[in-house]
Amino acid sequence: MHTTTHRTVTDIGPDELPGRAADLLVGGHRLALVAAHHDGPAAPGGRAVRVVYLFASGPPDTRTELHVRLDPEAPELPTLAHLSFPAGRFEREMRDLHGIVPLGHPLPHRLVRHFHWPRGWYPMHPEAGPPPPFAEPEGPYPFLEVEGEGVYEIPVGPVHAGLIEPGHFRFSVVGETIIKLKARLWFVHKGIEKLMEGRTPERGLPLAERVSGDTAVGHALAYCLAVEEATGTEVPEPARRARALLLELERLHNHVADLGALCNDVGHGVLHARAQHLREQLLRLNLEVTGHRLLRGGVVPGGAALCSVPGTARMRVLGREISDLVTLALGHTTVRDRFTGTARLDTAAARDLGCLGYVARASGVAADARVRHPFHAYGRALTVPVHTTGDVLARFLVRAEEIDASLALVEELGDRLSSGRWTAPLPPGRAPGAGTGMVEGWRGTITTRVELRGRDPLLTRVKIADPSFFNWPALPVALTDTIVPDFPLTNKSFNLSYAGNDL
Amino acid sequence: MRAIGTAAVAAQVVLVTAGAPLLAGTMRQVRARLEGRAGPGVGQPWRDLRKLLRKEAITPVGTGPAFRLAPLLLVSTTAVVAALVPLASTTTPVSGKADLILVVALLALGTVALALAGLDTGTAFGGMGASRGMTVAALVEPTILLAAVALSIPAGSTNLATIVGDGVRDPVRLASPAGLLATAALAVAVLAETGRLPVDNPSTHLELTMVHEAMVLEYAGPDLALVELGAQMRLAVLLGLLTSLAAPWGIATTASPAALALALVLLTAKVALLGTALAAAEVFWAKLRLFRVPELLAGSFLLALLAVTASYFLTGE
Repeated sequence: MHTTTHRTVTDIGPDELPGRAADLLVGGHRLALVAAHHDGPAAPGGRAVRVVYLFASGPPDTRTELHVRLDPEAPELPTLAHLSFPAGRFEREMRDLHGIVPLGHPLPHRLVRHFHWPRGWYPMHPEAGPPPPFAEPEGPYPFLEVEGEGVYEIPVGPVHAGLIEPGHFRFSVVGETIIKLKARLWFVHKGIEKLMEGRTPERGLPLAERVSGDTAVGHALAYCLAVEEATGTEVPEPARRARALLLELERLHNHVADLGALCNDVGHGVLHARAQHLREQLLRLNLEVTGHRLLRGGVVPGGAALCSVPGTARMRVLGREISDLVTLALGHTTVRDRFTGTARLDTAAARDLGCLGYVARASGVAADARVRHPFHAYGRALTVPVHTTGDVLARFLVRAEEIDASLALVEELGDRLSSGRWTAPLPPGRAPGAGTGMVEGWRGTITTRVELRGRDPLLTRVKIADPSFFNWPALPVALTDTIVPDFPLTNKSFNLSYAGNDL
Repeated sequence: MRAIGTAAVAAQVVLVTAGAPLLAGTMRQVRARLEGRAGPGVGQPWRDLRKLLRKEAITPVGTGPAFRLAPLLLVSTTAVVAALVPLASTTTPVSGKADLILVVALLALGTVALALAGLDTGTAFGGMGASRGMTVAALVEPTILLAAVALSIPAGSTNLATIVGDGVRDPVRLASPAGLLATAALAVAVLAETGRLPVDNPSTHLELTMVHEAMVLEYAGPDLALVELGAQMRLAVLLGLLTSLAAPWGIATTASPAALALALVLLTAKVALLGTALAAAEVFWAKLRLFRVPELLAGSFLLALLAVTASYFLTGE
């Protein structure tokens, strides 16, 4: 057992795993990430399949890792699905990508692997090689059929009428009421984690920025924090401040777009047009701040760079216009009626499913990595709005209040910043190292874990957990007993990433 | 005499057919400008129709006559309505047949044809759209019929030419409580019948929220052109009918070419004005939750019922 700044690592046997995990979960930790590693003979512990469970809690920022070593020929694990719902999903993902079998899993269906994936081919396995041609599928991949009088199915997607990422939704409905919704995702597997392997930390950054296009700062920052912990890099204070600023700018432009999109989904087009206008102003501001409309290039390993700092007067004007937009939306009887009580996710469900971000905070779960795992001392300027009703209105209000909180933070952070570039060089030759980064991206807590090896360190394994991975199962739960025409509105109120979910 | 009457009928049909896409274009342009967008221009629906008409006709596998006939039926019933309704003139060869109940029945025929076509595709969306469309239609038709009854009581006839002619001669009657209530009820029914906000959102891309669009998702090429033209013509005819009933000034009651020409110009202006007002109002509306639509339509039914009651009492019969 050894400890870094705030991370404890314990090597345990597979049999001890459920007991240790249960203790941690009862003690207030949540399962942040599960990563499988195929260690070669040169690795410190010899050839093995090593599974890392990262548990996290805070404040104070506590991260506990359990490392389990398995037989590389027949990797098998006792399941944790009965202890933690996200654990069960991570296990299914691991089985599909690495071939590690969770023993006694209550829902041993495929998660990532679609029907056409070749049998016995595990893309994350070191000997997987390039994707083989589609042949000998693994067999049928049926949907659960709901039976009963008047039940019919509506299949939607994966190709949709608008510019939306691909996902297949199968509704079982009676009349207009949804009895069951099954979302089948994983149409966009890009192999990002595999592409990361063997890259230098600098060359890994462009990939991290592109995990989910709208979360360039969040993913880049989680990746950089992990790399910095692994290499023991101390980031200068102005860079930490600049990173915090960029994170809030990303939250702003995404939340504003969502407010407009929610109005558009109830047919109130003029507010959408207004929100688009505000979003464009924010994107142009981003261009001035980082040289990229979606804030790429602002966060770099070891530091941050700003071309300019947003002015207070300009942010206040934008803030007033955004709050006008919110007032207009909430003052409209029909809009408010459509939002209120639609697709409720209750607190117990949000907590059991391990929800993150605004979805959790709209259902009374005050999860925020800026409080739990801070990389910068926010002080009193940070407020975390929480609502408890769990409906579309709550998710709208949480976004609206987070915009105010972000504007306050941008003002406070920008006050003591000027344009510039602050970087600490990554110290060479402290390999092998591992590190974790936890960041409150605009969708919720992003967790990234990296492992490095070599004198000029190269990435040997990067595991990314986007908040969408945790939040997707909450969507069907919230939609139970909702009517079909309210699905698009609900989906937009969750606004989960397909690309971040399916790496 | 008869020649001018026939010319009036022909002019009404041509004006509705040619003007309907322009009306749709105007309404979209008004909306775009009010939302701060440039907009595609008033002629865009016509350009879309031209594009669609040039495409190859495709029918989905497994569809039958209901799917193929629906676009034709929709356009032809609407054209017949455009011929019957006294939009520009009350003295035409067919004005004796311009019964309000017949007009409502013709419009319902088009709606049902489209719903059957939606069912015929066998897709979930077609069925869903048909189910929603019929729910709305079942609530709208009684309102329209009841409003028709209220309007027919003072005139003593359900013939539209008689009702409109009475309105031209005796404008005070239009402002009577019965007349106003019936007009309000009809206006809501027209919104629902033509799939406008707050009942349906004509500009949505969200397939799960659609009513009219869900029924016609499988159409392509010239068939889609007919469906779109049919929907635009319905909107034009119904707005025209609404202006004829509520503001009949300028409609030719005699068979003179000058009166007819003036009536056609006034009709265009009135419908354009009403369409612009509707488009402007829609910018500030949002779409109702599907299960609230019956409440809105029940409200309009109530208005129609009040109109009938009021016309009984106020005409003293």
